[in-house]
Amino acid sequence: MRVLLVDDETELVETLAERLAFRGVEADWVGGAADALERVKTKAFDLAVLDVKMPKIGGIELKKRLQALYPAMKFIFLTGHGSEEDFTAGAAEAGSNFYLIKPVKIEALMKKMNEVMQHSGESR
Amino acid sequence: MKPDFGRFIPKFRAYREAASGPFRSLFDFGKIWKQAVFLCTGVALTPLILMALIDYNVTRHAIESEILLRTSRLVSNERRTISFFLEERKFALEFVVHDNPYETLKDAARLAAILDNLRKALGGFSDLGVIDSSGIQVSYTGPYSLLGVDYRQQDWFRQVMEKGVYVSDVFLGLRNAPHFVIAVKHMLPNGDSFILRSSLDMERFQKILSQMELEPSGDAVIINRSGILQTPSRYFPDIFSRIPFSIPDFSQTTQVYQTSDAKGRIYVIGYAYIVDTPFILMVTKQKSELMKPWFRTLRHLVVFLAVSVVGILAVIIGVATYLVNHMYMADQKRVMTLHQVEYANKLASIGRLAAGVAHEINNPLAIINEKAGLIKDIFTFRSHYAGDAKLAGLIDGIIASVERCGAITRRLLGFARHMEVRIQNVNLGVIIQDVIGFLGKEAEYKSITVSVEIPEDVPEFESDRGKLQQIFLNLVNNAFAAMNDGGHLNIAVGVIHDKSVSVTVSDDGCGIADTDLKRVFEPFFTTKGRSGGTGLGLSITYGLVQELGGDIQVASTVGRGTRFTVTLPLARPPQGSREKKKGETDAGIAG
Repeated sequence: MRVLLVDDETELVETLAERLAFRGVEADWVGGAADALERVKTKAFDLAVLDVKMPKIGGIELKKRLQALYPAMKFIFLTGHGSEEDFTAGAAEAGSNFYLIKPVKIEALMKKMNEVMQHSGESR
Repeated sequence: MKPDFGRFIPKFRAYREAASGPFRSLFDFGKIWKQAVFLCTGVALTPLILMALIDYNVTRHAIESEILLRTSRLVSNERRTISFFLEERKFALEFVVHDNPYETLKDAARLAAILDNLRKALGGFSDLGVIDSSGIQVSYTGPYSLLGVDYRQQDWFRQVMEKGVYVSDVFLGLRNAPHFVIAVKHMLPNGDSFILRSSLDMERFQKILSQMELEPSGDAVIINRSGILQTPSRYFPDIFSRIPFSIPDFSQTTQVYQTSDAKGRIYVIGYAYIVDTPFILMVTKQKSELMKPWFRTLRHLVVFLAVSVVGILAVIIGVATYLVNHMYMADQKRVMTLHQVEYANKLASIGRLAAGVAHEINNPLAIINEKAGLIKDIFTFRSHYAGDAKLAGLIDGIIASVERCGAITRRLLGFARHMEVRIQNVNLGVIIQDVIGFLGKEAEYKSITVSVEIPEDVPEFESDRGKLQQIFLNLVNNAFAAMNDGGHLNIAVGVIHDKSVSVTVSDDGCGIADTDLKRVFEPFFTTKGRSGGTGLGLSITYGLVQELGGDIQVASTVGRGTRFTVTLPLARPPQGSREKKKGETDAGIAG
């Protein structure tokens, strides 16, 4: 499973990538939507973990663009803001289960990633 | 048991002035009520009382005039009767002297026959005498032997010789019985003259007076011109005594006047001088007797007036109280709505602030979490770091604290989110635990023991989660404020007939005094004084419970504690009136 982590809080995604590596998950990280769109050109990913609120291009918009380029790609949203709009948007775009609120436990993230991948496997 | 007059006191009397500034007078309900009552009373009663007074005076005057007029008419009629009586007898005597030659009249037998005829025809004559011009009685017929009596020195003899006719006062005379005398002089062809004189008994005279139509208190007497009674009467049984009134001035016509006696009794007196006699006819009536029918009518009028005044006052006071009460209640509702909106706005602002803070904190928190997690991972996954139990313990501590912070920010965000009005399936147990979770630290600091009793069978029901949270947060907050260190708070949930659910929040705090208990749900009512408390908490709570179609009750004993019971319907509150309120709240929050 190749995972792309996108968040403007680069310290967070960097640490998260390292932790995922300990658990055998190959994870790349970028600090924004523009970098993410560049990175996917050079490397294929199965799953993207996106922050909802980012400067310039938000997580929802980024998901749309990535999905347009790579329809098979799966997404999980991470949000620090538990507001209604975020939930509604997240639920509509990714299915109500595919979002997590910061701070997130690594076990919870692993579980969710497995669920998403498994879900895609079933749907195909 | 003391009677409870409290329910008769209008609600607006309980108004405590909260408004200030230039429009303060608009909210002084007591003053508005007083003004309305005084103005309406003035407008309604002044014309009524004025008309009653005018009518009283006019009617009284008319009745008095009527009494005087009636008395005057009576006296006039009576004077005519008496005059006629006397004239009749005078003319009879004149007829006798014209019809009978002097010589014949001197014959006692003839005189007796004439007296007999006069008695039969007219009555009242008791004797008949002929007196020559020298004053000697030359002939007499009657019960006494008066023949040869010399009247020359008598006053009446001189008067009859001068005027030709004479009517005497009433006197006792030789016979010692009241009588009076009529005498006529007759000129003889030879230039001499003689007098025919007759005594008249009082029987016929008094009969005329007694036949007068007088009220029970009325009295009629004849007096002479010196004020000496000539006839006995009801008030003056002693004939020849002097009347207690002054003798009225001479008048050709009948006169009526009013006078009072020593005891203050007012009399209406009518009198008439009987011309060519010494007599004055006098009719006395007690005024209070005459006015009796008028006073009876007056009593009825006064009773009617009093009943009218009481009726009008009752209507005015009733209407003023009703209207001012409604004004007061409308104002209370307005104030309550304003404060609810204000409160909701404040809460919404706090909610937004909390959400912002939570979001900002969440990111650094996530970084701490991941960094700590990574350190732990390194310990776990790389063998040369493993085994240092102390370091691993420290990392666990950091992670546990981060988890706690995360839980707090999540709860804050949850609260902010639930400010928005939304009917959804709610679980009372979860809501109550949420609220306790929020205030858990405070309970710990104050060593308050919190016990929650929620039976398993409490169903989920449709309601507004945010409002429920506010309701219980307010109640629990209040309970904490009332308790000293080491208090007990109990929250018990129960289902009533599968139709409603009740939540009882009881504490063993300071309690609420009876007088305050009725007012705890009023806006701005607070016992916390300047030390805190807006006086809005319970009023808002009350409003929220009502919006959810529920009911809130309070029971308290000073020194023992307070118990609030919130009852909520399990079925969703009907749409309609509450829907509007919801809309107003929505607007408040959105603002």
